[in-house]
Amino acid sequence: MRALWTVLCKELVENARDRRTVLSALVLGPLGAPLLFTVMMNLTLERGRERAEQPLELPVAGQRAAPNLVAFLKGEGVRISDFQGGAAAAAAAVRSHEARVVLVIPDTYGERLRAGEPAAVQLYTDSSDTGARGDRVRAEALLRGYGSQIAAWRLEARGLSPLLAQPLAVDEVDVSTPAARALAVLGMLSYFIVFATLMGGLYVAIDTTAGERERGSLEPLLTLPVPRRALVYGKILAAGAYMSLSLSLTVATFAVSLRFVRFDTLGMALNLGPRVALAMVAVMLPFVLLGSALMTIVASFTRSYREAQSWLAAVVLVPTLPIVFAALYQVPSRAGLMWVPSLSQHLLIQSLLRGEELKASHVLLSVAATLALGALLAWIAARLYGRERILG
Amino acid sequence: MIVLEGLAKRFGAVEAVREVSLAAQDGRVTGLLGPNGAGKSTTLRLLYGVLRPDRGRALVDGLDVASAPRAALGRLGVLPHNAGIYPLLTARENIRYFGALQGMPEPALERRIDELAALLDLGAILERRAKGFSQGERLKVALARALVHGPQNLVLDEPTNGLDVLATRNLRELIRRLRDAGHCLLFSSHVMQEVGALCDDIVIVAHGRVVARGTPEELRATVGSGSLEDAFIAALGAGAG
Repeated sequence: MRALWTVLCKELVENARDRRTVLSALVLGPLGAPLLFTVMMNLTLERGRERAEQPLELPVAGQRAAPNLVAFLKGEGVRISDFQGGAAAAAAAVRSHEARVVLVIPDTYGERLRAGEPAAVQLYTDSSDTGARGDRVRAEALLRGYGSQIAAWRLEARGLSPLLAQPLAVDEVDVSTPAARALAVLGMLSYFIVFATLMGGLYVAIDTTAGERERGSLEPLLTLPVPRRALVYGKILAAGAYMSLSLSLTVATFAVSLRFVRFDTLGMALNLGPRVALAMVAVMLPFVLLGSALMTIVASFTRSYREAQSWLAAVVLVPTLPIVFAALYQVPSRAGLMWVPSLSQHLLIQSLLRGEELKASHVLLSVAATLALGALLAWIAARLYGRERILG
Repeated sequence: MIVLEGLAKRFGAVEAVREVSLAAQDGRVTGLLGPNGAGKSTTLRLLYGVLRPDRGRALVDGLDVASAPRAALGRLGVLPHNAGIYPLLTARENIRYFGALQGMPEPALERRIDELAALLDLGAILERRAKGFSQGERLKVALARALVHGPQNLVLDEPTNGLDVLATRNLRELIRRLRDAGHCLLFSSHVMQEVGALCDDIVIVAHGRVVARGTPEELRATVGSGSLEDAFIAALGAGAG
């Protein structure tokens, strides 16, 4: 126990004097990640807001055939421009992103409308262009609105109530809380937190294994009458200490920097007060052991500092992969997923941001599974240090 | 006292050590002499426990390194080949780290460090960070680190490698002083003059075997000429044949 403590203290002091460690644990992760994230969020929100506030730009071909429709659209605040060319030109314009939507009114429009037949109009859009989605939805809604107005007039002209044509009245009730809506965008927050946590221990893990071997200080260390596992556990704990520090600072700077994102302008709220921030650090702590044991194992296999650096750069991406998938597919929180380290932390963090009470069973499963895997990896690392080949 | 009994170690197809036995007595300097690749470093690594022998055993003051590693290693000070120190720690912190891992209590440890600083003339560099130390300064710190727990036995693997004349001379003086204080010293070298000048007993190894042993005088006598070099060459020739 005393040996473990001695190793831990020495690694903490030594790494505190190492510029690389200090930079990655205290500056890059904790400051870089939240800064990048805040700028990204602000840009995204800014764009969405401008879209919604601006009038819809709608190029229309064949305006002369449908003066009433055009007048209706203008009355709804749509900026109509004259589109020269037919169907082919409209498709080309949308495909090349010159226009987000183009409305084509055929010459037969007026005739069919007067005859009481469905009058076809074509709305050209590109559904793969996510930026055009808002414009498409708005144009469709306006056209549908014009159609139901005409339908209502027709029924009234025949002495029938327009309500007959409305057997269903669908009211969309959006149950998502403002916090939940913000969360869809914030799905990547836990990715940044996991990444910054791992980065905090990266150089410590390298320095205490591959670095120690490259410097030639490993062999004298191994000649001491100290159990190898005490040396390894001390090193893992030292990396873990720097990771915890990086984690706490990162969450703290997130809590501060996200105050500068104007969520309120979109009617969203962010649940990241001191209590939630503390809870986030707490659910992440078991992951620290796992991460530092994993990095220590990988670094102890490599032959040099540089090799360890390139391997670990790849390894720190592994725990972030489940988070990327979960964020992309909006995976809901389930007990079965709490067995998966990093994914369970992501889901718990999401629940916290959503302002939900954490289920005790979920937290317990996440902590137990993550700690168990971390302990297993630490044990494997200790076994690796018992091998003769550890000297390289 | 260090005793090696029939040590053998193989790495895959390479037999690094085939059969090495020796006894290094207290109050004497024993030199392990041999060309590069003879198995000197492997033999010493088997002794200080970072490698496990395929056959044979290593005893430190009668304690088996394989079965009682902590007791045996506690009586051993080790300076491995090209031993490195921590550049971001001061000389004192480097020495203190090893002393603490040897289980020394704090006030005694600091006193011992001051003692070693005087013995090795570390005064000027004791509180400086090791980054930028010269080869000789690094060696002194590594030596102090190996001696911090006051071991009865000291193992040095090619300690004079890369040292300038003055540093080599200081090291020799230190080795003699430790011998005169009754310690057991075992050191390896491929430089014959060095071994001849310093050692009370010489063990010559080649191809993983002991090919000759004795005091410098005895070895000279075996070849009839007054030169240790001839004895060395003759022994190597006998080992190869």
